[in-house]
Amino acid sequence: MGKIWRISGPVVIAEDMRGSQVYEVVDVGEARLSGEIIGLEGDKAVIQVYEDTVGLRVGEPVAGTGEILMVELGPGMVGNIYDGVQRSLVTMKEDIGDFLIRGTRTAALDREKKWPFTPSVKAGDKVYEGDIIGTVPETGLIDHKIMVPIGMEGIISEIYDGDFTIKEPVAIIENNGKRIEIPMMQQWPARKPRVYKRRFDPVDLLVTGTRIIDYLFPLALGGKAAIPGGFGTGKTVNLQQMARWSQTHLNIYVGCGERGNEMADVLHSFKQLKDPVTGRLLQEKEIFIANTSNMPVVAREISIFIGITMAEYFRDMGYDVLLVADSTSRWAEAMREIGARLEETPGEEGFPTYLGSRLSTFYERSGRVECIGNPSRMGSATVIGSVSPPGADFSEPVTQATLRIIDALYSLDVALANKRHFPTINWLQSYSLYADSVDKWWNKISDDYSSIRNEALTLLQKEAELEEIVRLVGPEALPEDDKLLLLAARIIREDYLMQSAYHPVDTYTDPERNHKMLTTIMKFYHMGKELAESGMLVSEINSLKVLQKISRMKDIPNEEFDQYVSELWTEIDKSTLYQEGGM
Amino acid sequence: MEALQLFTRQTKAIAVARRSLLVIESIPGIRYNEIVDVELGTGEVRTGQVIEVGKLTTVVQVFGGVSEVDLLNSKVRYKGETLKLPVSPDILGRIFDGSGNPIDGGPSIVSDDYLDINGIPANPASRMPPAEFIETGISAIDGLNVLVRGQKLPIFSGSGLPHNKIAAQILRQASLKGKSEEFAIVFGAVGVSYDDASYFISNLEETGALSRAVGFINTASSPVIERLSTPRLALTAAEYLAWELNMHVLVILTDITNYCDALRELAAMRGEIPSRRGYPGYMYTDLASLYERAGRISGREGSVTILPILTMPDDDITHPIPDLTGYITEGQIVLSRALERKRIYPPIDVFLSLSRMMKEGIGEGNTREDHNNAFMQSYAMYAEGSYLREISTVIGSEALSDRDKIYLDAANRFEQEFISQDEQERRTVEETLGIAWKLFSMLPIEDLKLIQREYINKYLPK
Ligand SMILES: Nc1ncnc2c1ncn2[C@@H]1O[C@H](COP(=O)(O)OP(=O)(O)OP(=O)(O)O)[C@@H](O)[C@H]1O
Ligand SMILES: [Mg+2]
Repeated sequence: MGKIWRISGPVVIAEDMRGSQVYEVVDVGEARLSGEIIGLEGDKAVIQVYEDTVGLRVGEPVAGTGEILMVELGPGMVGNIYDGVQRSLVTMKEDIGDFLIRGTRTAALDREKKWPFTPSVKAGDKVYEGDIIGTVPETGLIDHKIMVPIGMEGIISEIYDGDFTIKEPVAIIENNGKRIEIPMMQQWPARKPRVYKRRFDPVDLLVTGTRIIDYLFPLALGGKAAIPGGFGTGKTVNLQQMARWSQTHLNIYVGCGERGNEMADVLHSFKQLKDPVTGRLLQEKEIFIANTSNMPVVAREISIFIGITMAEYFRDMGYDVLLVADSTSRWAEAMREIGARLEETPGEEGFPTYLGSRLSTFYERSGRVECIGNPSRMGSATVIGSVSPPGADFSEPVTQATLRIIDALYSLDVALANKRHFPTINWLQSYSLYADSVDKWWNKISDDYSSIRNEALTLLQKEAELEEIVRLVGPEALPEDDKLLLLAARIIREDYLMQSAYHPVDTYTDPERNHKMLTTIMKFYHMGKELAESGMLVSEINSLKVLQKISRMKDIPNEEFDQYVSELWTEIDKSTLYQEGGM
Repeated sequence: MEALQLFTRQTKAIAVARRSLLVIESIPGIRYNEIVDVELGTGEVRTGQVIEVGKLTTVVQVFGGVSEVDLLNSKVRYKGETLKLPVSPDILGRIFDGSGNPIDGGPSIVSDDYLDINGIPANPASRMPPAEFIETGISAIDGLNVLVRGQKLPIFSGSGLPHNKIAAQILRQASLKGKSEEFAIVFGAVGVSYDDASYFISNLEETGALSRAVGFINTASSPVIERLSTPRLALTAAEYLAWELNMHVLVILTDITNYCDALRELAAMRGEIPSRRGYPGYMYTDLASLYERAGRISGREGSVTILPILTMPDDDITHPIPDLTGYITEGQIVLSRALERKRIYPPIDVFLSLSRMMKEGIGEGNTREDHNNAFMQSYAMYAEGSYLREISTVIGSEALSDRDKIYLDAANRFEQEFISQDEQERRTVEETLGIAWKLFSMLPIEDLKLIQREYINKYLPK
């Protein structure tokens, strides 16, 4: 048992700590605050404390637990809400009430609850690490696969069918005469990536339901992306939208150093909203980690790793998992604060010099993999992080370090936010390196995907150039074909790119509908070109009835949409006066 | 605010005095962050705080300017406590300084209930999303940037802009629509001029609201350290009223810029490595420890709504103070010098302002069914008109089409009739929406794309 030797903010140095190890979890002080050893020197241990250290005294006891910081993995995670060190906030609410009293011990997983376990192997089978030995229907949306822990193998000597707590053995494995009990719960060190067999390139579209993302800057299952943007540009709303509507099997929402009211909103809305595919409550496929900005700073750092460990664990069951982290800047700030307390030599803007490498240890844990173990299966973990650059200035260290790692960028734009153009994803600055790899996926819906996508992007680019001119000479002074281009671009922006997260229909657009919407607008543009060539003025084209129908397109309920669009196409085709052959 | 003291410990063993820091030989039992009295050689007593404590040495930061010679001859008394506020229902109607001592001539608060001024974070799982509309009577807020109970919504102002007037108007007028309940008011003045502080107090007195108000006042001439404790005292009082006495509390904190400057000053004295523009790297977290105390808690009657006021240095919204505030609060009300020049009161910049909790607080049952549509259409109309007004200054208004001219006109009338109102005028939300509808009737009806047909039939003036 050691003793507190020095206290400086969240960093505590303890003496008489010989025999401890780095990353060991310790109980600090009489209040038993939880902390983690981050350095050892002689008999002294440098500890980062996950709870407020105010009031601690030199000489108070520090007890090692002999364990490093582990994530508890097993049935009971889905639908749960955790703080930054995986204490269940639901349990804490029951145990200690509405306020987070320091030093509270709360397990991540319910130890009492019995879960129905159904074996999928039988006695006498030889099993290896990662093999699925049975399942537990955890929620209506997630079957929790129980896997042989990494590093273990042997012959199943016993396996049970029935209701068990997570600590009771559901199987016994024999290896070289040793009997190993396998309970449903496993543990894994948060900072260590979980193992898999092989990595594959992400090729399947992550369907988010947000049109500009899915069509123009698509993200692939297993990919990594970032959303930087100034305050109020829509980072949180975008991440929430993805965590709501993505076709992934499970989502992990990490609120890291952000707002309490926002978390409350997420928690409440996920209890009511339904999954678009299965119609079941979204809560049944969601894990929440809520370490709000007024909760201890140090826990922000580990919360992200706890989240990604959970993501990998479900990936290993063969699921597609999405992790969203809001905001990675608050995470980086936590590292900066610890670094300053340790008097490390700071890098840019005071951030630690290892900022970039720490960020990549997080993002690099995304991926599409062949999972370890039998039966053979693929799984993926997709990671999206928001970045909150001071003054919306993207040249700052966290944004820059992130850009070097990620493969898709959704760059949010303050100017668009001020115009209430949501989502504020800037179409000139955003990119996705997955656009080519998901081409095949899109081709299942239409061969035209990449040509329509390119045409739309080109139009928007040209619009930006023309806008400069308009500001000098006014819109009326432009030639007719430019006016038409501006009209088409405006339609794309207002009737396609703008998408309300709050409208019951508009909030989610499935890929087929997405494709049809943009195709419709491009069809209109081609028709407009024909009409303009035959002498019609753009001001006249602008008052065509079909335009009103195009602008309604967004809100048409899904059941009526196909009918609506086919009528619209007929109307567009009829509007053109050209004789035969068409375009 | 003398907390009960069982024993005090005292030492003269000061090893080093550097700027405002004392490095002292440690004595047993010192608590991290505890408050100390530093008695200077002259007998004068200053407040300090333990900012680092080790087995051998303790570092104390002394607040207020002192010379190193003074410090070396000082005595340090440990009080064994972090700052606490005694609370009881008697705090209503009272005014305190930034240490929690009464400054209104009244008696000290007698209570056994002392609350740590740093508060305890609410469990996110216990929070309830704020959703109840607060009618402020100001159109630019009630129509376009709705405030709800439990929200934190700052006013971003600039020097010389009428933020105090607006805040006072909100305090006078704020009510829950359709309910007679009144808000309890907590007022935290940080580093403000004496005039600004007394403006608010006399305002509360005049309207008779003082009896349901508590003030904590740290004027520009009072100690800098109290700039940090003042808002915490105010919020502690607010939490007490809300969570223990079930009251709905409206907290005004002004001026957060003075608060941040104090934070910067104290950090610089400690020799910390500064982040942007000299402000400490942890300013986001520090500000969050204030603002996040707003909210609602399920199963509890009360609420804490916070309206912080800050002046943006150089009117620069990217300055760390408004920037970090905006990253924490649920929107912002931004004041515009351009509107002020046009003599529009309240000069609220509709484009830069935003209430992120608006959608929860409006619509049928809260305000009126057409509110969201009317909001979006007003916004679009004003945005288009303003854009045309801007380009017409370059290309001349003759170059605009007839349709464009209507929009330009609508934007001007929007400023004159919708945004602008009298300081004493209290509009109901129906009146506010009525003005919007009157302006919509200027536009071609097919341009009202953002409004459902049925509302057009129902509300558009014939
Ligand atoms: N897709 C959307 N549809 C409608 N409104 C949106 C959308 N995205 C954002 N908004 C609006 O913008 C506001 C701010 O969005 P959000 O809270 O996501 O910003 P943020 O980037 O997370 O800001 P911060 O960095 O301060 O947390 C929302 O409250 C909402 O009013
Ligand atoms: Mg956000």
